[in-house]
Amino acid sequence: MSILGLYNQLDCFLILGAVLFALGVYGVLAQQSFIGMLIASELILVGAAVNFMAFNRFLAPDPVTGQVFALFIMAVAAAEAAIGLSIIIAIYRHYHSIDAEDAVQLKG
Amino acid sequence: MIPLDTAPSIFSVNGVVGVVFLINIGVTLAGGVAVAFSKKVINAVAGLIVCFVGVAGLYFFLNSIFVSMMQILIYVGAVAITISFAVMLAAPEEKLESTRRGVIAGPPGIISAILLCISFSALSVGYTWQPLERINDGSMKSIGVELLTNYSMVFELISIVLLIAILGALVIARTRREDA
Repeated sequence: MSILGLYNQLDCFLILGAVLFALGVYGVLAQQSFIGMLIASELILVGAAVNFMAFNRFLAPDPVTGQVFALFIMAVAAAEAAIGLSIIIAIYRHYHSIDAEDAVQLKG
Repeated sequence: MIPLDTAPSIFSVNGVVGVVFLINIGVTLAGGVAVAFSKKVINAVAGLIVCFVGVAGLYFFLNSIFVSMMQILIYVGAVAITISFAVMLAAPEEKLESTRRGVIAGPPGIISAILLCISFSALSVGYTWQPLERINDGSMKSIGVELLTNYSMVFELISIVLLIAILGALVIARTRREDA
């Protein structure tokens, strides 16, 4: 297996999806602001979609299924981004900050 | 359909495609690293756009031009722009050096992310996947037919979810008269 034939390897896409997922998880943990967390969660969704598309290309009997799943993931991600951003703007209006450490009203 | 070839030379067509694919992987990973490790929010948004363009290229290599175009249209054209508008609206004051970082943001976070990546990769590499016989060609036409026949219920539900999400976003984010 040569490095130039990587685009025909299922494992390459699966590992890439896992790396994107892990980067997203680390971003959610490490980002300071709510917007940064939301962006990193988009990365998690993209990692999952890459997995769906890879299985769709290499293994699935019906290659439509994975593409339809990827489209649904995109739609759900768009809805999640809209809701998340409106909540972030409401938080900013209330606390005048989008730092995750500042929203501590429920902290005991 | 990209032909299945195991060891192309770099000067052949497949070799050039392989080089383009490596560049594509590099773009995707660079964008992802920028999202995860950037201190400023606007840098993370820029990294997100780069990463999404790279992922659209990956979809192109996975024989799905339609999903690749949708990736650019929806993610780069809509989601990333919405996020950058939110960055402008919320106007996060860039703290020069953020002092309050939780304990999970340091080495424990990195270690857990690496463990996740290694375990998922081991899961996917360690299993011998059996390809099944194709019953469909996965073209754009068949996507449309399947969306409106087999997946029509999900299609309707996802549009209702999007409608409710956008209405809910308007309700949550609007300025109330008494607050202003």
